[in-house]
Amino acid sequence: MDIEANRRRVTAPGYHPPEELPTISGDRGLDHEEKLIFEIGRDGVTGVDLPQTQIAATRLGGQKRKGAIGLPGLSEPEVIRHYVRLSRKNYAIDAGLYPLGSCTMKHNPRLNEKMARLPGFGDLHPLAPRSTTQGALELISELMGWLTTLTGMPAVAMSPKAGAHGELCGLLAIRAAIAARGENRPRILVPESAHGTNPATAAFAGFTVDEVPAKPNGRVDAEALKAKLGPDVAAIMLTNPNTCGLFEGEVIEIAKAVHEAGAYFYCDGANFNAIAGRVRPGDLGIDAMHINLHKTFSTPHGGGGPGAGPVVLSAALAPFAPLPLLVAEGDGFKLVEDRDELPAGAQPFGRMSAFHGQMGMFVRALSYMLSHGRDGVRQASEDAVLSANYILASLKDVMSAPFGDGPCMHEALFDDSFLDGTGVTTLDFAKAMIDEGYHPMTMYFPLVVHGAMLIEPTESESRESLDRFIHVLREMALEAKAGKTARFDGAPRLAPRRRLDETAAARKPVLRWKRPELPQAAE
Amino acid sequence: MRYLPLSSDDRSAMLKKIGAPGIDALFADVPQAAVVPLSVFNLPDTQGELEVDRALSKLAARNVAAGAGPFFCGAGAYKHHVPSAVDHLIQRSEFLTSYTPYQPEIAQGTLQYLFEFQTQVALLTGMEVANASLYDGSTATAEAVMMAQRLTRRGKAILSGGLHPHYAETVETVAGLQGVIARAPVTPGSAEDLIALIDDETACVVVQSPDVFGLIRNLRPIAEAAHAKGALLIAVVTEIVSLGLLESPGAQGADIVAAEGQSIGNGLNFGGPYVGLFATREKFLRQMPGRLTGETADIEGRRGYVLTLSTREQHIRREKATSNICTNSGLCTLAFTIHLSLLGEEGFTRLARLNHAKASALADRLCAIAGVELVTPTFFNEFTLKLPKPAAPLVDALANKGVIAGVPASRLLPHDKSAANLLIVAATETCTDDDIAAFAGALKEVL
Amino acid sequence: MSETRFTDQHEWVTLDGDNATVGITKYAAEALGDVVFVELPQKGRKVGAGAEAAVVESVKAASEVYSPVGGEVSEANAALEAAPATVNDDPEGSGWFFKLKGVSAGDFAKLMTKDAYAEFVKGL
Ligand SMILES: Cc1ncc(COP(=O)(O)O)c(C=O)c1O
Repeated sequence: MDIEANRRRVTAPGYHPPEELPTISGDRGLDHEEKLIFEIGRDGVTGVDLPQTQIAATRLGGQKRKGAIGLPGLSEPEVIRHYVRLSRKNYAIDAGLYPLGSCTMKHNPRLNEKMARLPGFGDLHPLAPRSTTQGALELISELMGWLTTLTGMPAVAMSPKAGAHGELCGLLAIRAAIAARGENRPRILVPESAHGTNPATAAFAGFTVDEVPAKPNGRVDAEALKAKLGPDVAAIMLTNPNTCGLFEGEVIEIAKAVHEAGAYFYCDGANFNAIAGRVRPGDLGIDAMHINLHKTFSTPHGGGGPGAGPVVLSAALAPFAPLPLLVAEGDGFKLVEDRDELPAGAQPFGRMSAFHGQMGMFVRALSYMLSHGRDGVRQASEDAVLSANYILASLKDVMSAPFGDGPCMHEALFDDSFLDGTGVTTLDFAKAMIDEGYHPMTMYFPLVVHGAMLIEPTESESRESLDRFIHVLREMALEAKAGKTARFDGAPRLAPRRRLDETAAARKPVLRWKRPELPQAAE
Repeated sequence: MRYLPLSSDDRSAMLKKIGAPGIDALFADVPQAAVVPLSVFNLPDTQGELEVDRALSKLAARNVAAGAGPFFCGAGAYKHHVPSAVDHLIQRSEFLTSYTPYQPEIAQGTLQYLFEFQTQVALLTGMEVANASLYDGSTATAEAVMMAQRLTRRGKAILSGGLHPHYAETVETVAGLQGVIARAPVTPGSAEDLIALIDDETACVVVQSPDVFGLIRNLRPIAEAAHAKGALLIAVVTEIVSLGLLESPGAQGADIVAAEGQSIGNGLNFGGPYVGLFATREKFLRQMPGRLTGETADIEGRRGYVLTLSTREQHIRREKATSNICTNSGLCTLAFTIHLSLLGEEGFTRLARLNHAKASALADRLCAIAGVELVTPTFFNEFTLKLPKPAAPLVDALANKGVIAGVPASRLLPHDKSAANLLIVAATETCTDDDIAAFAGALKEVL
Repeated sequence: MSETRFTDQHEWVTLDGDNATVGITKYAAEALGDVVFVELPQKGRKVGAGAEAAVVESVKAASEVYSPVGGEVSEANAALEAAPATVNDDPEGSGWFFKLKGVSAGDFAKLMTKDAYAEFVKGL
């Protein structure tokens, strides 16, 4: 391991590091302080050259704006410098290992970006004449083929815009299916380890949420779940592999019990990246599952979005898929937007959004799939699982793994019991990783584990990268346990900012810039 | 596989360290019945960059890009020129490949631009606070209705007939679970009487301006009437550039603004990803959906930004959250913010004037053709024409002549027979005099 | 003479005649961390024993405050809206949430005494 390699070169004999001396500028080398655009801009400057147009008579019906908007003026070089400087305050997967469990920060191939920007996709209007969009519809159809084949499910709804939107789509399809049977089932069972979007979506879709406890081995308590099933239960929402990074081994029995009770099985597919190409969710008895294209199929997270959350559907739910529907017609395709043109049997529950889904993400995901191929998809899943197990095996003697000796799937979960008595918390431990050049792992999620630390390396790390990461975490854990807590106190110290006062932010929210000389100005 | 760094030697060494005989041992929890061989997947194997590029480029080439010729589609998505700097900046690794800024110490870049974005959206809409984006204008509208239902503890929402029909369907699908969604009649080119529909059970009135036909609506009287009955006014804007020339919804008394931000910084993308803008009054903050960025300081007293008021959100509040949204439109908000920073007050205002001028010139030119009438007496950059024949086949005929002439109203309102001859036409700054001449010439030929 | 009793949801209630004052316990305030926001019931609202009456939030947690006894809200502690930190500084005093009138002694008698609550907290 060459952790020392860089250091040796700079630490020449006789070298003494300078004392911490504040700079005159307030900047620190490559780390520049940067004001808000509103504090940089001024009137009379612009970053675009547009003509001043004379309009003889406007047709605005007397609704013309009277006052100024208040936008600042900046030239192009100022705008570029501003956003480049801001960008350098961010951690990124391109720059380092990003072990955020549940979030799947894998490599984002640049080919996918190039493909999404082809004018035939990026510059295509959603309501352009059908004859001019056949290539786009074929691309969606091809992606649908990949998704249904990989999941072993008969149908897929493409319009949901992210995982949570997919959950909503799935639950609305379930609601419609139950209504079509003339039944009323108001309750949804959700394991307590579930991601927050699951209970939030269930409530959003008008259901009540009933929590199912976890067993000591990190799996849902199947007996407790079965006991809660009844004629008022619409569905269960189960994540598999679950949020503890474990496969729900009893999933087939659970699905059977759910169906016997007349309910549906919604699977949160956020963790499909562990099993894609090896296991088909359709073989497990699920009825609906969203696929976060921004996780499993690598469309970039973009600082929080956009994503895409297509939902695969079982034969029981497929008729209720939302509009628009993509259907083959002649030797091309058409989008059915209207109930009068529905193919036989279709009873769409409604519409999820204005257009037909996240095309930009579809292109990237298909580019990723075609690049990997079925063999590469399977290999990626295996490498993700292998890397997580490698981390688990390499750290479990110094950190604490709550669920025994068995293998994990694509993420390794630790709790904070190894920090008992050290005075170091999960938060301190994670923040100290920042000083070591790493993004923290997911913390305090899932809720079923005390002080949870969920590490997802993905398949994108080399063995050397994993070894280095393991070495750093081991040393950190050993130091904490040995009472050497200096590096944890108030960490991080070496980031563009130190810990921020979230309490002050929430007590007196400042959610926008306001012109300082007019603090009470009514805009 | 070029994206996978592990060699087979690495894999063997790692399995050894784990103490597993092979990769299958790591999948031991999976029921045997559910493990399938690769051959069950009827899909191609790994391909190189060149092959994938070739395959996808071939599909792309079968579409007609908006920039390929005279182009006049709008109806919720608009073709604008996006300065080159925007795409360059949003492709920086640190923006493109970072996650939601949950670790503020190493995400100040994202947090600061979100703060700038929230400020810009609040300024444009004339509201006090804006969130860090929702998926798109239509889902933002549905969220706005649900927020109004919570705030007023009433169920009924009145949707203007001028609301984009796909937005209305989205609202019905999502917010219809909490109350009655009443759709007012569709009256192309004039304002229906919404005020008469407001009653004591009304949670909100939803009005789009410019409406789906392009008509500019006066929100003030509707706001007053809604407030008198304890209801809220939700203003919807699908063409955000219009606010460079039009009075903001906030100034007209709107309580919530739901808008589509695609026009600024973002491409057409065949419908997504787009960026939902959402703004409201400070007193309604606690019921707002979506992420919010706030200003604070670090322990050394330096200004910084954090995600705040998260107790509204799903990851903390679970089934009591104000929305289920998690992933939003992150990078699209960045594109919006950069483009709007480049424009500034002067550029944005000029852009809006230019759009209005182009649309006016186009309307005049087309209405000079015998049998073509302007339906919308007021408009910004989009208007509706009444043609002497059904619009849909004419649009196909014009497409064959290389002119993408707009959106036939029948595509959005297939059941409305009176809409058959209506064509919704948009012209932005990208439209040239030659484009206008080509449209007019081709239309004359097909009529 | 007034007496204070406690719930297993960590509310306290002081009864004085048929008037009651309700807040959250010191234990609850510490577990929540820095309180950033409270949502209080409207004056005149009738609440049942065990019903959701208020909300208290810290940065990372939000929790409902259940009314330990039934009654009609006679006053809410509006000072908390501007200064939510009072809940941390003096949870069982000036950090009270709301007052009720028309409270039944029967509801009150079912709650834990100070000693019983101390025991209960020890067991958590
Ligand atoms: C397990 C799980 N479910 C659901 C979601 C929600 O997905 P999205 O953020 O795409 O809405 C996430 C994403 O963070 C997740 O990790």
